[in-house]
Amino acid sequence: MAAGPMKMRAALGAGYTDVRVLMSHPMETGQRKTPDGKLVELHFIQNVTVKVNGKTVVESQISQAISRNPVFSFRVKGGAKGDKIEVAWLDNKGETNSTEATIA
Amino acid sequence: MHNRRRNLLQTAGIVAAALAAGLLKPIAALAATWNKEAFSAKNPGDALKSLGAASAEASSAIVIEAPHIAENGAVVPVEITSNIAGTTSIAVLIDKNPFPLAGKFDFMEGALPFVKLNLKMSESSDVRAVVMAGGRNYVATKEIKVTIGGCGG
Repeated sequence: MAAGPMKMRAALGAGYTDVRVLMSHPMETGQRKTPDGKLVELHFIQNVTVKVNGKTVVESQISQAISRNPVFSFRVKGGAKGDKIEVAWLDNKGETNSTEATIA
Repeated sequence: MHNRRRNLLQTAGIVAAALAAGLLKPIAALAATWNKEAFSAKNPGDALKSLGAASAEASSAIVIEAPHIAENGAVVPVEITSNIAGTTSIAVLIDKNPFPLAGKFDFMEGALPFVKLNLKMSESSDVRAVVMAGGRNYVATKEIKVTIGGCGG
C-alpha cells in the first residue's frame, strides 16, 4: 500500500492552537506475515515536522510502534487566524508528504 | 608530503561517495536525524541510554492520559503533557514492545510540550514518558493492559 493523502485541522484553543493531523501510511512493523507466510517489509514514517509560518516548532522521530494511518495532535503557543501550519513526514523508504492548513 | 596527498585522496573519495549517494537518493540529503541506535534497542534501558537519559527522576508534573485497558493493541490512544518548565523533548517508550522506543518529540520555541498519538502495543505493558528539561530527565509511567496485541497478524 502506498502512502495516501493527509488531513489536518488547526483550531484555536485557550492560549494555544490545537493541530490535529492524519497521515495515510501502512506503518508496517516488519513482523506481520501475509497469509502465505511471507514477512511484510518494514515500512514506517521516521520523521514528522511541524512548522508555523515557516518556522519549525516540533521535530519528531518515530518508530513502527505508531499505529497505522497515524493521527497526531500537537499544540502551538498562541496562534492567530490566518497563521499557516505545515506538517511533513519522511519514511524509511525516502517517501515523503506534507500538508498545510491555516488556523480557522 | 605523503600524508597530505593521502588526506586529499581520502577527501576526494568521500566527496565522490556523497555525490553518488546524493544522485541515487536525493531525498537522503533532506533526511532529518533518526536515532537508529535508540530505536533498535530491545530494552527500555538501552533505548534511554542511547537518548542520553539513562537516569531520570520520577515526576508527577508529567501527565499521561491513556485507557487502563485497551481492547485493541493496534491502536492505543495516549496523550502526554509535560508541566515541567523548559521542557525540550518528550520520549515515549513501551517497555514490553520488541523495540520499546516509540517516538521522541523535540519542542522548539512556539510549541507546547504536548503530544497525542496512537501506539501499537504487543502486550500489556508500562508506558513511560521521559521528559528532558534544562539538561535533566524526568519520567512518568502508566500501565496499560491490552486485550488483543497489535504487533503480529
